[in-house]
Amino acid sequence: MLELALHILDIAENSTRAGARHVGIHLNEDPEHDLLTLEITDDGAGMDKDTLARALDPFYTTKKVRRVGLGLPMLAQAAESAGGQFILTSEPGRGTQLKVTFGLHHLDRQPLGDAAGVMVTLIAGNPDIDFTYCHEHGDHIYHLSTEEIKEEIEDVPINHIEVLKYIRNHIAKGIKEIGSEA
Amino acid sequence: MAKITIEDLKKIKERVHAETALRDGHLRVKVTVHMGTCGIASGAKDVMDSLLREIEEAGVSDVSVTTSGCMGLCSREPLVTVEILNQDPIKYEYMNSNKMRQVFKRHILEGEIQNPFVLARGAETQK
Repeated sequence: MLELALHILDIAENSTRAGARHVGIHLNEDPEHDLLTLEITDDGAGMDKDTLARALDPFYTTKKVRRVGLGLPMLAQAAESAGGQFILTSEPGRGTQLKVTFGLHHLDRQPLGDAAGVMVTLIAGNPDIDFTYCHEHGDHIYHLSTEEIKEEIEDVPINHIEVLKYIRNHIAKGIKEIGSEA
Repeated sequence: MAKITIEDLKKIKERVHAETALRDGHLRVKVTVHMGTCGIASGAKDVMDSLLREIEEAGVSDVSVTTSGCMGLCSREPLVTVEILNQDPIKYEYMNSNKMRQVFKRHILEGEIQNPFVLARGAETQK
């Protein structure tokens, strides 16, 4: 996986499998400290200590259909090779919080990629889950909440193609407006 | 900061209401793009983008799109399942955006299964 957006898509899938009702995605670009922080938080089932300890083991997975679980290890590696850190916290019943940092201008940092497309894919695949996408760049901030959108569109499903198109354009424009460097 | 403009969403709502009134809200086709780590790493998001673009361009509203996890056939990703109402689901393997476009135009719109890309027919037993 060569783009951070694809990692987000992959990791958020874990949250949905953990029965989360809400998944928050937060990106913070801090050019002053040359830091890019990605946080993904959910209110899913959470993990106990043993599971948490093994989450970064590529040969550990909770799935039965294959013997490897590469999602988290690959993201951890992406952070490591860009001078960053990987912090995963979780408790059963209290959801999971993931915080990954990268050197914002590090040569080996993966580009953000198509964050708008990823959010659209997440929303299309999980219409019942509420997503928030928050992206900061210095003093500028962009925020999107599917809950707010759902209130406005009432009985129109959020995964309707027109709504998805609107969300894609909204996020793409928002990221541009805050002058993202990622 | 770009705000959610209520006006835009209202317009979408009205448009969707008008069109669902015309066709009593039936979904004819369900398309599943498999989005496990393996699928994403081999290009499932491009396939998804291509599918959404095709639906938008064709202006059809009876096709629903969803995602699923890995089903253990990682080496054949990206996988796409096309389920037409009252027909066996068809699983396509090694998909990319061009193949997706072809499957959409020929299979989803015209009902002609694209045999060269087919992995299997029949229902999925595991997620």
